This record gives sequence, structure tokens and C-alpha cells, in this order.
Amino acid sequence: MPDVTTEPLSFQDLILTLHKYWGDQGCAILQPYDIEVGAGTLHPATVLRALGPRPWKAAYVQPSRRPGDGRYGENPNRLQHYYQYQVILKPNPEDLQALYLGSLKAIGIDPALHDIRFVEDDWENPTVGAWGLGWEVWCDGMEVTQFTYFQGVGGIEVDVVSGELTYGLERLAMYVQGVDNVYDLKFTKEGLTYGEVFLENERQQSEANFHGYDVDGLKRRFEDMVAEVSRLLAMTGPQGQALVLPAYDQVLKASHLFNLMDARGAIAVAERQSYIGRIRDLCKACATEWVEQERSRA
Amino acid sequence: MQAGAVRDLERMATDRLKAAGLTWEALTTFAGPRRLTLVVEGLPAATPDREEEVKGPKTSAPEQALDGFLRKTGLTREQLVERDGVLFAVISEKGRATATLIPEMVERIVRDFPWPKSMRWGTGTLRWVRPLKRIVCLFDGAVVPFAVDGIESGDTTEGHRFMGSGRPFAVKDFADYRAKLEREHVLLDATDRRLKILEAARAVCHAEGLELVDDDGLLDEVSGLAEWPTPILGAMDPQFLDLPPEVIRLSMKVHQKYFAVRDPKTGGLAPNFVVVANVEATDGGTALAAGNSRVLSARLNDARFFWDEDRKVGFNVWLEKLKGVTFHAKLGTMAERVDRIAALAREIAPLVGADADQAEQAARLAKVDLASGMVGEFPELQGIMGGYYARLAPTPALRADPPHKGEGDGADLPPLDGEGGREADGWGDAIADAVRDHYKPQGPNDAVPTAPLTVAVALADKLDTLVGFFAIDEKPTGSKDPFALRRAALGVIRLVLENGVRVPLMPQLRRQFAVILTDLYYNRRHALLDAARSLKSLGVPDNWADELVLKLGGATKAVIVEPGSWGILEFMPDRGAAIGEPLLAFFADRLKVLLRDQGQRHDLVDAVFALGDDDLVRIVRRVEALGAFLETEDGENLLAGYKRASNILRAEAKKGDLPDGTPVALDGAPPEETALIAAVSKAGAEVDAALATEDFAAAMTALAALRAPVDAFFTAVMVNSDIPAERDNRLKLLGQVRTVMGRVADFGKVGG
Repeated sequence: MPDVTTEPLSFQDLILTLHKYWGDQGCAILQPYDIEVGAGTLHPATVLRALGPRPWKAAYVQPSRRPGDGRYGENPNRLQHYYQYQVILKPNPEDLQALYLGSLKAIGIDPALHDIRFVEDDWENPTVGAWGLGWEVWCDGMEVTQFTYFQGVGGIEVDVVSGELTYGLERLAMYVQGVDNVYDLKFTKEGLTYGEVFLENERQQSEANFHGYDVDGLKRRFEDMVAEVSRLLAMTGPQGQALVLPAYDQVLKASHLFNLMDARGAIAVAERQSYIGRIRDLCKACATEWVEQERSRA
Repeated sequence: MQAGAVRDLERMATDRLKAAGLTWEALTTFAGPRRLTLVVEGLPAATPDREEEVKGPKTSAPEQALDGFLRKTGLTREQLVERDGVLFAVISEKGRATATLIPEMVERIVRDFPWPKSMRWGTGTLRWVRPLKRIVCLFDGAVVPFAVDGIESGDTTEGHRFMGSGRPFAVKDFADYRAKLEREHVLLDATDRRLKILEAARAVCHAEGLELVDDDGLLDEVSGLAEWPTPILGAMDPQFLDLPPEVIRLSMKVHQKYFAVRDPKTGGLAPNFVVVANVEATDGGTALAAGNSRVLSARLNDARFFWDEDRKVGFNVWLEKLKGVTFHAKLGTMAERVDRIAALAREIAPLVGADADQAEQAARLAKVDLASGMVGEFPELQGIMGGYYARLAPTPALRADPPHKGEGDGADLPPLDGEGGREADGWGDAIADAVRDHYKPQGPNDAVPTAPLTVAVALADKLDTLVGFFAIDEKPTGSKDPFALRRAALGVIRLVLENGVRVPLMPQLRRQFAVILTDLYYNRRHALLDAARSLKSLGVPDNWADELVLKLGGATKAVIVEPGSWGILEFMPDRGAAIGEPLLAFFADRLKVLLRDQGQRHDLVDAVFALGDDDLVRIVRRVEALGAFLETEDGENLLAGYKRASNILRAEAKKGDLPDGTPVALDGAPPEETALIAAVSKAGAEVDAALATEDFAAAMTALAALRAPVDAFFTAVMVNSDIPAERDNRLKLLGQVRTVMGRVADFGKVGG
């Protein structure tokens, strides 16, 4: 149960509270990236900025698309579209755990009442060749945050270690509000529910993800995106730099197309590794280029 | 990881202290979620002064040799000592203050610490398991100052993250450190944490009239997860109790690290759990228990989903799915493996008193739960879920219409799910038990199944695993045994011995090898070729694979897998042995380990295995009888006599062929010789009779009768007589002694 001396935060107030908190810590409060991604980490503000020597602090909400996780709005915990709250601090401050605990207090989770644990965890995202060590943060037995010290991105070891926090916003809000079904979450203080905002979206998107998209079209577009990455990386911008940022956008699009094909059941077991390998290679190509650019800018 | 860290720290500290020439009285290490601690008691204030004498050149040696020695030692000629014409340098080294040695030791330990995975943080280069915050280093009550990658040592530490004072504090020595930490709600010693958890967890259960379900593995794990472990009793919705108890317990344990709770009145699980929190919550744990309960409900709802869905799906769908599940890249799919196990279980069934049809059915069901949702979620429940589902599954056609009434005609089996709308009443307990227990025994302490049907399936499962991995040359090496083949072999041995199963292993091994090769050939030719190539290490000729492929090219699968006409074995009659023998030797090794653990001598196992027997029950009986015999005075002396005879025969064999034939009572022969001839002949007949009835005690008694005449013979008779006829006769006699004894065991392999 939440610690209710005051009304628990609505979903949007939770986000606004975190914005305020991390903004006060000197983070740039960014907006979501405008391309579908499977995790907040993939936003260039994290995955690319983690590379190179330049310091960086940012926080943002990122909608995450996991086409295979859709349940037509019928499962109280599973969504194909949900929000992650992402914080990146580079280099990681020494007291990052204390800062993080401060953010929990800010949203109404009192560590004197609840069992907050840092459970050791190795994190990796094979699609972007990223890995790190850190903790799963548990609150009364529920994982509420992934806490990671980035060690590598795109297969490249980082110059400076970033601390990354990924809050699962819906879970956290369900916990704070004491709600068992995600669609019952109060989105606003006035009582608009999460379901009123997103239920219909889950129904339609689930159907499209599982049965709607044209598989041949997805495959074609995937190949197009892959070709585009190499083409863009071979081009140069006004200062003679490779066009790595637009190229990375195409990698994200290819990655999402792969997820859609996967949800459609169009990826054979034997093909799977090869697709993931191709995306990882593209990511690596972008990361390799980007880290050079960042080092020269530093 | 903490257990490993404690050991590594102890080892590294010991090595470093020794290398520094330090002595100590006690060395202790501690690990917890946030700190790693080393305490060394009884260190001296300094290392002792050392004096060492280094031998140099002789006084008569050329000048260059002397110069070199002086350069090496840094001394002058006058400082050298002369003794017996040799020069010595006396090098004395002053002892060093211990406090000056510590910084380098600690820094090396920190920098070289072998964490399984380590990381960097911030802008630093140091690697540690997670960011290293502080180093406390005291010697004799004073800080030993140094820094590792910018982290300065000191006397300051901090307490519990939430329950401590929140302020760093200084400590004077280890006792002070430990006491202050405890005041700050940190239990340093994992043993104390473990004890606190166990006592408090039992107490919170007891207060509600309930009992904790002990789980040592879980207790060890949670002892490492909290600095101030605080067990809290939580409640869950009692409706979850209709799930299988194994599911509830595993769901609690794996995902949430909760202990299960028993209701002593019913003996079953209570609708409760114990969570070990890291905090004494200010509300007594109410909010915390409620929060954990909600999480558990979500977990158990997932489990219930699998339980409900699985029971709807049924076995045919799963069997179909197993066709797409790879068992091992070279050993085909799980469905192919099931076919092999089923065929083998049929053959083994009559040997263990089980019905062949039932054994085949049980084997066909045994792996099916691997495709179920629940086992997908909880692999640890393999077998257990299969048992439940088999018990609950719609009735198959089996009992109404056995698939193999007469001789197997190779026809496909009937569908596994019931057809024709029969009511659900399961596959029957014997089959369900076999499905549930066929993975047993899982280790040396796990119980061995005794139900004949279970024994048949359990043996078939393990033999197929062993033969399969030996066929593709994936034998265990050193500490590496990724496919748990040692456990499988020990399982076979225990199943056979503890159930007294009389089964010669060799034909089973050869047969299963043929089946596996056939499978490989029909299903993936390239894998067969790989397997065939790997067999070259077993002495199979290079062109074997090609020959095999050629030979099998025209045959049909039905012909080859039908018992009695193993195409491959007919093709390579002696090569089946080439496959079976390394595996039989592997069994011998495992059996040795088992018998050694039971106090038997491993050389006796060798002595009996050397006879080529492959019936484990008989082997063990023979080993036991042999062990008992060798403990008697007769046995001990006869063994000495055997060795003497063997040595003589071996020495004589080097000079030329040993004489062949039966010794006779020569005219004028010493009475001891004639007596031994008679005794050996009598003993030989008795040994043969005893062995025929497997009365090994009687065989040993028969041998015991040889002891006196053998001793008398060696005392009175000279084997190497000048008269060739005498010598030949005596060698024949010794040969006969060796042969007769050799029928009981290879005494040459018995250690002195």
C-alpha cells in the first residue's frame, strides 16, 4: 500500500515530479524520441551520448513499443506500448544511489516503510551491443527500476561510465496508487484513467501487431532501412562528418520492423539470430562512427 | 558470488601474507551485500630480520667468477666468509614494519580481485564488482594510509542504508567495527544473518500457529541479500492453494525469494509466505507485507494461467511441439529422443519387471511437459508437471486398446489424447509416477525410484543421454561436465544396484548407440558424419563414415530400429564394443567413486571390472566378497602367493614361451608340489561351481583353501629346477593357480 498521508500521485503527476526532481539535479529534460523504440535506452540521448568522453545529463519519458507483448487490453500487466522514465548521468555521480532514493521519496515511496533493495544484476541489450552492471531495484518484491552503469555500447567500451536509470512508470504508478490493473490507473488527478487514454490503442495495435501488418511489406521495408544506413553513413555533412544521426534513425526503424515481423510470427528460429546480428552490426557501425565524432568534438 | 568472494579474499590474503614473510594466528573473511571484510589476528609488528648464506665460488676459482659473485651480492671480498675452500656471502635483511607492507598487499588484492564480472565507474579505471566507496584499513588501532585509484584508506565506514544513523562513523579496531556496525543495523557475519533469519522466520510462523518450510538453499541466498534481515509473515489469497504445492513454492522461491509456510493441522501449505526484508519498517511491516502479497498474487496468477492453459492443451499438441525443440544440435530433436527412449524403455521393461507397453507409453509422455507453459516458466518443474498432467489428462486409448498387444508391428502409436469424448480420468498412477520421477535420482542424495515402470523409463532416459553424448564425443573432461553425464551414470548405477536389476549393460549401450546413429543418419546426415568422425578417436577407421553411409543407404528405418537387426552393429560387429567400452569404463569410474564413498577399495573394483563383466549387481557382489576375503589372513597371504607366482611367471615369460598344459604329479616330486596340484584342481572345480550360482563367498572359500598349499609350495619347492621337466611342470602349476584365481578377480590389479 502506498504511504497515504496525502493523495497518491496521478500518472502524469508522477512524471512531472520526476521531471522536477531530475531537472533540479541538472538534467536536460528532453521529450520522447519520435521514432518507435523497444526501450528508452535506444533514444540517441542515451545510447549515443553514453559514448565518447563528453559529460551529459538528461532525463525523459520514452514510449516503448514491444509488439509481441500486446494482449488486446485484456491483461492487467502487459502492454505493447508503455512508458519508461529514463535518466542518464555521465559520468555517474558518486552518490547516484542516494540520488535515486531521493527520487523515490519524491514520488511518495518511504524507505522506512517499504523494503527497497538493490539486487545485483547484469544488464545487456544484444540488439545494440550494449552491456553494463548494476541492480534491479525492488520495492516490496517488485522490480521498479533498472539501475545500470554502462560499460559498453555498440560493442565499444565506453570512455566514461554513465549511470542509467530506467523506471517502469506504469508499475511504479500502480504501486503508488495501489491499483492492480494498469487500465485503472489515474492518469490525471481529476480521474481520467489510463484505460480511457490507452485501452482502445492496445486493442487495435495488438490486432495489427499479431495479424495486421503485411509481412512481405515489413521485410521489404526492413531491407530498405538496412540499405539506407550504409548509404547515409557513406555520405558526409557540411563539416565533412558522416551522417551518423540519420543513419541511426534508420537502425531504430529497422529494429522496430524486426519486432513487428517477430510478433507476426514471420521470423523462423534459424533466422532470428541473423536478423539480430544484422541490426547489431548496423548499430556498431553507427556507434563506431559516432564515438570518433564525439572524441573529435571533445 | 559472496561465497566465492570470501574464499578468494582468504586465498589472496594468505598468499600475500606468506609472500611478505608474515605469520599470523587467525584469518577470517566476511561478505555481505555492501561490504567485504578481512580480519587478520596475531600479526607481528614487523617481519623478522633475516640472514641468508649464499654459496659463492671456490677460493681457487678464476678472478672473473669472484667478480661476478661480488657484483651479484653487492659485497666486497673482505665481507665474504671462507669455509672449506669455498666462499660464502652472508646477506642479512632487516625486518620491515608490518604496517609498511599492508598498503601494497591490500592494493594488489583490490586490483587483482577475481570477480566473475567487474565494472568501471565514473571516470576511473579501477574495476570492482560495483562502485567501490570506501576502504577501511587499521593495524594495531591505527589507520594504515594509502590510496587505490584515488580512494583513500581510513577508519570511517557507514551503517545500514535506511536504518543506520545516516552519518559515517570511525572505528578503532575489528571488535569496535563489528559492534558499531551492529548498532547501525548491519550484521557483518553471514552466519549471524542466517541464524537471525531462521529463528525469526520460525518465530513469526509459530506466532500464527504455522510452520516454516525449511529451504537451506534459499536461506543461504537471502542471507546474502540483506544487512539487517527481518523476516515478515505475509498472507496470500487462499484460493491459490489449489495450485500444485511445487508450483507455489517455486514461484515464491525463484521470483520472490519467499519461504513457503506449512499449516501443521493439514500438513499442506498455508496461504502465507515469509519475506526476508532488509528493514524493520516503522509500521511493523504492514505496508511491506501487503506490497509483497500483491506482487506474489501477480506471480501466482501467472502460474495459474499456465496451469489452466496447460490442462486444456493436452499431450498431442506438446508432442508435436517437441518435434521443433532441439535436444542437441548433433543429437536431433526432443521428439526423436523420445522415440529412442520409448524403444529402449520397452526393451528394459521385462528386465525390471515392468510391462513393455506401459513402459513405452510412460516414456512417450515423460518429456512432453517440456513443451508446457509451466515448465517453460519453471524448468525446475520438469517431470513434476508431467506427472500432474499425466494424472489429469483425458484417458488415452491405451488401456482400452493397447497399442502393442502382440508383437510390435512398427505401426504408429495411437494418439495420446483421448478420442471419442471419454471422461478425463488420467493415465493411471503408475505411468504418472514414472513421468514424474524418471529424472531421479538427481544426485547422490536423491532417492532412487523403485516402481518398476519408473525404473525402466529412468534407465532408458539416462542411457540414451550417456550413449548419445559419448557418440558425439562430448565426454566430461576434468571439472567440465556440461551435460551432467557423471550424474546420469551414477543414476544408472544406483537404479541398477538399489533395485537389484540384473541387466548386462553392454548390449544396451551398443543397441542404443545403433539407434542413435540410425537416428542421426536419417535425420541429419551431416551430424552423423560428424559423429562418425568423432569416433575415430575410438579406433574406428577413417573410411568408416563413408562405409556406414553406403551400407545404410538402401535400408529403411523400420528395419534398422527393429530389435535384433541392428544394421549398424551387424556391419561393425566389433565396433559396437569400441563405442561401449569407453562408456563401460566411465561406469567403472563412477562405480569406483560410489564404492569408495561407501568405504570400498577402488583397486578391487578394477580387479573385478578387468574380468569384463558388465552386470553391475554381480560386479558389486563380487567386489564385496573380494573385499571381505582380502581382509582375512588367508586372503592376505594368498594374495602375496599370487603376486609371487605372477612375478615368477612374468620373469620366465621374458626368457621364452611359458609351457602350456596341465601339471602332473611327477615321480619323486616333493609332496608340497603334489599337494598343490591336487588343491588347485579341487579349488578350480569348486570355484567354477560357485561362480555358476554367483555364490562369491563360496568362491572365496574355495580360494582360501589354496593358501596353505601355496605357502607350503613356495617354502619347500624351488620352481627354477635344473631339470627342465620339473621346471616346466612347476611353471604350469603356477599358471594354473593364476588362472583359477583369475576367474574370481584379476588379483594382479589388487594393491598390496
